[in-house]
Amino acid sequence: MQTFEYAAPSTLQGALALLQVKGDRARVLSGGTDLIVQVREDRRHLDTMIDIKKIPELIEMRYDPIHGLHLGASVPCCRIYEDPIIQRTYPGLVDAAFLIGGIQIQSRASFGGNLCNSSPAADSIPALIAHHAVCCIAGSESTRKVPVEDFCTAPGKNVLSPTELLVALEVPPPPKHFGASYLRFIPRNEMDIAVVGCGVSIELSADQLTCVRARIALGAVAPTPVLAKEAGLYLAGKRISEESIQKAAASAQTVAHPITDMRGTAEYRRHLVGVLTRRALHSAIERAKGA
Amino acid sequence: MPGKIQVNTTINGEQIEFLCEPRQSLLEVLRDELNLIGSKEGCNNGNCGACNVIMNGLLVNSCLVLGPEAEGALIETIEGVMGPAGLHPLQQAFLENAALQCGICTPGFIVAAKALLDRNPHATEAEIRHWCAGNLCRCTGYDKIIRAVLDAESRLEVLKK
Repeated sequence: MQTFEYAAPSTLQGALALLQVKGDRARVLSGGTDLIVQVREDRRHLDTMIDIKKIPELIEMRYDPIHGLHLGASVPCCRIYEDPIIQRTYPGLVDAAFLIGGIQIQSRASFGGNLCNSSPAADSIPALIAHHAVCCIAGSESTRKVPVEDFCTAPGKNVLSPTELLVALEVPPPPKHFGASYLRFIPRNEMDIAVVGCGVSIELSADQLTCVRARIALGAVAPTPVLAKEAGLYLAGKRISEESIQKAAASAQTVAHPITDMRGTAEYRRHLVGVLTRRALHSAIERAKGA
Repeated sequence: MPGKIQVNTTINGEQIEFLCEPRQSLLEVLRDELNLIGSKEGCNNGNCGACNVIMNGLLVNSCLVLGPEAEGALIETIEGVMGPAGLHPLQQAFLENAALQCGICTPGFIVAAKALLDRNPHATEAEIRHWCAGNLCRCTGYDKIIRAVLDAESRLEVLKK
């Protein structure tokens, strides 16, 4: 492997100061499940790895019903899906955390790392978008917040400047009668990259017959994960029926601009968007009724 | 050229101090610096699980951990699975169920299975299969491995009584 320096600052200020000096010659190390492989295979060149897992803010996970979830960017997947409160409150995030890689990867890989790696097929991103998550970004001078759907800009690229750090994700507390789901299509059961991913969330009326608000996000069908805004807006105020679900899925298909590659053709992916959106909506609705 | 880093860690209950370059993975440190060669290098990219170790109670691929990240950690490797009384029930069950042929994947499977049984001694077959999805074996077809883990569960249950 190429040589580099290793630093493990214990404070956010320490990490930001290092980024200020090193800029794009440094790369932040969270779980390392993408980064270490990229560096080993010479797909990425750097002279410093900044391990951020000794910084309390980065590994903190806390929830309260007023502010919702504060998820440190380096919290590994297993801590997300093993937490009983998160299981009840953010089912879409739990779905995604439970299917990224195998157990070994889930011990290390984080949602913050998944975001910063900015793969179009990242599993956590559509789920985060469905749950209205926001990125908390720190720079040396100031902090800013960016909705997850605006974070990625191209494959492997995002809005972070070389001196900024993704510190945490904030996920609002769900309203009553809320459900969410993330589904991924792969040609086997485990350990594969999404052909298509679909995250949805839905809020039902008190009588559970009508959709109050819905949000649908797609992975692996465009240069970045995408919010199918119109599809969610279409459902708002509609009675829950096969027909309305079908129409929302058809709307989601219109924002998919997939490519053909080894995992599937563009046509196949567009078809899958319809199938997965319908299934994810059904799953989210069932969960909302049970909530 | 970055210098070597001094790392203090605990491996199989023993306090260990080692020097490593930042670019050395925990797997390379175990094998090349500490002569703990039970953990194997299969794919070196986090797919095969042959390098599995338990780090702070969590199953990880040691090829995807940097040596310096072991600072202050508690690490269990395949070398720590066998107790003073002899083979661990998992190891005995792998032998008796013929759950290995070439043996390269075996340390990774045993460490993975141990991590599972430590937390869930009554894992179902489906849970075992899901848990082992990150371990590859090209010889056995997996079935004998799963039988061995189920057998080890019964053996551990008998030992508890």
